Order: sequence, then structure tokens, then C-alpha cells
Amino acid sequence: MANASFSASRLPGFSTIATIVFVMLYAPIVTLVVYSFNAGKTVTAWEGFSWRWYQQAWTNDIVQDAALRSLTVATCAMLIATTVATLAALGTTRTGPFAGKTLISVMINQPLLVPDIVTAISLLIFVAALKVATGYQGLAYLIVAHAAFCIPFAYLPIKARLESMDLSLENAAADLYASPMQTFRRVTLPLLAPAIIAGGMLAFVISLDDVVITSFVKSGGQDTLPTYMLGQLRRGTEPDVNAISTVLLCLTVLLLSLFFVLTRKRD
Amino acid sequence: MPNKIAVEARNAVKVFGQGDTSHSALNDVSISIKQGEFFTLLGPSGCGKTTLLRLIAGFETPTSGQILLDGADITALPPNKRAVNTVFQSYALFPHLTVAQNVGFGLQMQGRPKAEVKATTAEMLALVKLDAMADRKISQLSGGQQQRVALARALAPKPKVLLLDEPLSALDAKLRKDMQIELKRLQHETGITFIFVTHDQEEALTMSDRIAVMSAGNILQIGAPRDIYVKPANRFVASFIGETNFLPGTTAPGGVRLDCGATVAVDGSFMPGKVTLAVRPEQVRVQGAGTAGAIPAIITNWVYFGTDTHCYLVLSDGSPVVARLQSPAMGEAGLEIGASVGVTFAPGAAQVLKD
Repeated sequence: MANASFSASRLPGFSTIATIVFVMLYAPIVTLVVYSFNAGKTVTAWEGFSWRWYQQAWTNDIVQDAALRSLTVATCAMLIATTVATLAALGTTRTGPFAGKTLISVMINQPLLVPDIVTAISLLIFVAALKVATGYQGLAYLIVAHAAFCIPFAYLPIKARLESMDLSLENAAADLYASPMQTFRRVTLPLLAPAIIAGGMLAFVISLDDVVITSFVKSGGQDTLPTYMLGQLRRGTEPDVNAISTVLLCLTVLLLSLFFVLTRKRD
Repeated sequence: MPNKIAVEARNAVKVFGQGDTSHSALNDVSISIKQGEFFTLLGPSGCGKTTLLRLIAGFETPTSGQILLDGADITALPPNKRAVNTVFQSYALFPHLTVAQNVGFGLQMQGRPKAEVKATTAEMLALVKLDAMADRKISQLSGGQQQRVALARALAPKPKVLLLDEPLSALDAKLRKDMQIELKRLQHETGITFIFVTHDQEEALTMSDRIAVMSAGNILQIGAPRDIYVKPANRFVASFIGETNFLPGTTAPGGVRLDCGATVAVDGSFMPGKVTLAVRPEQVRVQGAGTAGAIPAIITNWVYFGTDTHCYLVLSDGSPVVARLQSPAMGEAGLEIGASVGVTFAPGAAQVLKD
């Protein structure tokens, strides 16, 4: 560094603390990933490389069923949450000033503020009443519950993009004879698309790894991958859980990397 | 045709906000802009010039008053229903579209046939000399090229009036001069009425047929560049457009008696009492001390500017005066700091101003 300005990296203990933090963050995950390829059954002794646990999980009907349910719920929740979030973001950025605008922006983020366990218990009571009243036991409860807590994750990137978008682009479209609907379709939506896709992916990932709310809302036999894995662990460690975790981890990392690519500041 | 009115604002008032935080951007502004005119709204930032432009474009609605286009009241029409187009200060080009798609956007929205959109787009790109760039992305263009795309896009639908909101402010000085000439040429070739907003008085003087000088939400003076420069309506206009010497004085028979004691002959009639005399620096002449009719002064400084030399003087009452003299082709101007000289004004150059 040419100038002698302040740099945190020269403070005493900087590298030590950084090293400890990164070891804490990644050592458990690395262990998990490594032992998912262990030929043996334990997580203490390495007995050679093997795809055994991946094969076991892949051919397990219950795992397949749970994985399919997880993907169904996450896809539906993502679509609903992203649509709602887009409308909410438009409603809180592309409108004139109105009383309570800021309050509404904050209230949309309720799932970020209320502890998961509180939401889960309130949903347990609420959904139980609905199940009794309607007799319907299906997947819709899970989808709606997931969609609800995914909304802020989709809303925040979309709103950020709308706020940073130059309003004069929409003015220019109107000036060039585009009706409000044409302006939205031809200018706002194409420019917003990366943020909508990014928000959707974030919502998908959030839905995919939820345990708490799912455990409380699901009916019998509606295990998703995370709740199935939790159930398995209660019975004792089976290394196929490590294999499933590793697959989930890869999927999440992939989607989140895409999210960062899409929300990266351009132009 | 030459005197037909293209745009008219009648008693336009615009107030932003409500109650204690409200702020009046335009106070009862009325203006008529003729067809085919290059009309400039000139003033410092916050004077209301952009607000007036946005009222004509339809991005804002007036708090009261009317906007007329070709004699028809358009006050209540949204921007997409008005036959006016805007060149934005930020250009506001669509980053997800190509140059040609940007230029054709307005025509497409008007529902013109594909062949016509294509032909007009090509014609407009040729007009701004960007034919070779049709398929480029906006981000691949330089600032000056983006400026020309913005112009072509706004001109393509052949609007009745083109609104230009400080379109040259982002360009460097050289490019700016070129674009000034380019804009005049485009206006001449298309015959479209241009309403140009700027805070740059030199730009306004060189380009406009008429200028409206604005300040604090009011129009202070409307006139041809020469009229505004030579006969400013008040002190603000005189100081905003070009440089001016302001000399305090009192009305006297045949002219104005300056506070330093000298009397200056002034044309026209004015209210008796305290006044300010305005004289442009290039109308001030520096002569030998004791010249008949000259006001005694002392040279305090001089600065060489190339073609001109600015001579700073002070009168006996302490009033500062600047004279802009043509630099002699060879040698020094013979100005000496501290020297006693006489100052005269060119005939008819001194103007009496209301404050």
C-alpha cells in the first residue's frame, strides 16, 4: 500500500482471529463433505473413497419422495413469493407518497423480524384449526406457509433494484407514447428481470432448507428433505444423511452464486 | 405560420409538497412560444426552468393554470398522449435495447407499421450520423454518441415540440461546442420548435431565437439574445447574462449623477430617485486623465486574457469598474497599476436598472 492509511489487516491478532473464524465456518462442512464419501459407516475413521451413501440415498424411495416434495414446495413457494414480492416492491417504490408507505415496507418483512419458532407455533395452531374445519390435509398449507416466509427474501433485492433504477427511463417511455402498461412491459420489467430471478432463487433456497416451520405445519407423511434428515438423525447417524446434505449444499451454493452474479451492479 | 403559437403556458403555478414544507417552484408563469422557434429557458438551478419543461412534457401537473399545445388545452393529458418529446439531461436511453430499437421506440409505441419504423429509424440515425452504430448496445457508445441517440429518439416521432433539458451539460467543452452547432442544424432541418433549458448563459445567447430569463419561479425577461444582453430588464438579468459593472447613483437632469460626482448621460425616461447604472465591461474605455467628460479613476490591476485585457479600476467613491479592452497586437497595453486615468462609456451603453 502506497499511503500509510489505516488498515485493519495490520492490527495485532488480525490473521489469528480471521483464521479461527474461517476454520469455525468451514471445518464442520468440510468434514461432512469428506465423510459423505467414506466407505465405512462411522464419521471417525476413514475407510476409503466410495459413492456408497449417495447410491443408498438415491435408491431410497423415502428420500426420493421427500426430495420431490421439497422441490415441489420450494418451486411453488418461490413462484408465489416472487410474484407477491414484485407487486409489493412496485407498490412501495412506483407510487406517489402515501401515509404508512414506510410502515408497509417494514411490515412486508415480518418473517425476518418474528422468530421462526413463534411463527411455527402460531401456524401450528392456525393450520390445525383449518385442517379440522376444511378436512383438507394436502400440501397447500406447506406451500402457503413457505411462500409467506420467503416473501422478504424476494422483496428486498427487487425493491433495491427498483430504487436504484433511474426513474427517467420510465418517464422517457411515457414521453415516447408508451401507455403505463407498455412502459411496465417494455421498460420496467426487462430491467427488473435480473432482480426478480435473483429474488426467486433466494426464496427457493430459503424454502428448500427450512426445518422449523415445516415440522410444525406438515401433516403426517409430508416430510421434506430437511425434516426427513432430522428424523433419521434422531434414530442414529446414517452416513446417507451426509450425502444428502452435500447435495443440498452444492445446490444452495450454486443458486446463491447465481444470485450474486445477477444482483451485481452493472451498467 | 411564422407567428403561430406552438406552446403556451397560462398562469402556470406549481407548488411542491404541502403545508409548512411546501415550496413554490413556479409563480404564475405565462409564456407563448412560437412555432419553429429555438426558445431557451435560462436561469440558475432551482429557478423553475426544468419544472416548466416538465409541465409541458406532462411529467408534472400544474397546481393551477393551463398548458396549451397548438391552441389545445393539454393540461390534463398524460405524457404519452402529448405530441412533444424530451431529450433528458441523463439521456435516459434504454440500456436493454440497441441504438436502433431506442430510436424506433416512440414510433413503435405509436403503432406505426414495421416498414415505416425501420425507414424512419434509418433516416434519423443518418440525420445524427450514427448509421454505423444501429446495432450497438447503448453501453458501447461514448457520451457524445449517446447524446445523439437521445436526440434521434426524441425527433423520430416528429413531435410538434422538442424539449431539451440541459442536454449538453454532461459533455466536455469541445464536444459541447460541436453539439451546439449540431442542434442548430437539426432544428433548421426539421423545422421543429425547440424548447431548450440551460443554466449556461453563453449557450443560451449563441443558440436561441428568444430567451426567457428565469429566477425563483418567475420569468424576468423574454427577448432575443441581443435585446436581453443590451437592455437587461433588471439587475438580476444584467448580472446573470455576461459581466456588468453596477454603479450606484441618483437621477439628475439629462442623466444619472453617480455617487463619485460625475454625471452620465442616459437615454429614455425613468422614475426619479436612487438608481443603479449598468455598463458592460466592453463598453468601458480607459483614456488619459483629464480627458473631457471622462470620470477620474485609478487602475488597481489588469489581467491579460489573450484577445482581451481586463483592466480593474476604482472610482473616487470606491466603486469598482472593470473595462474589457482589446489587447494590442504587439507590446504592452500601457496600463500601469496605480495610474490615474479617465473612464468613458460608449454612447448609449449605460442602462438604468430597477433593483
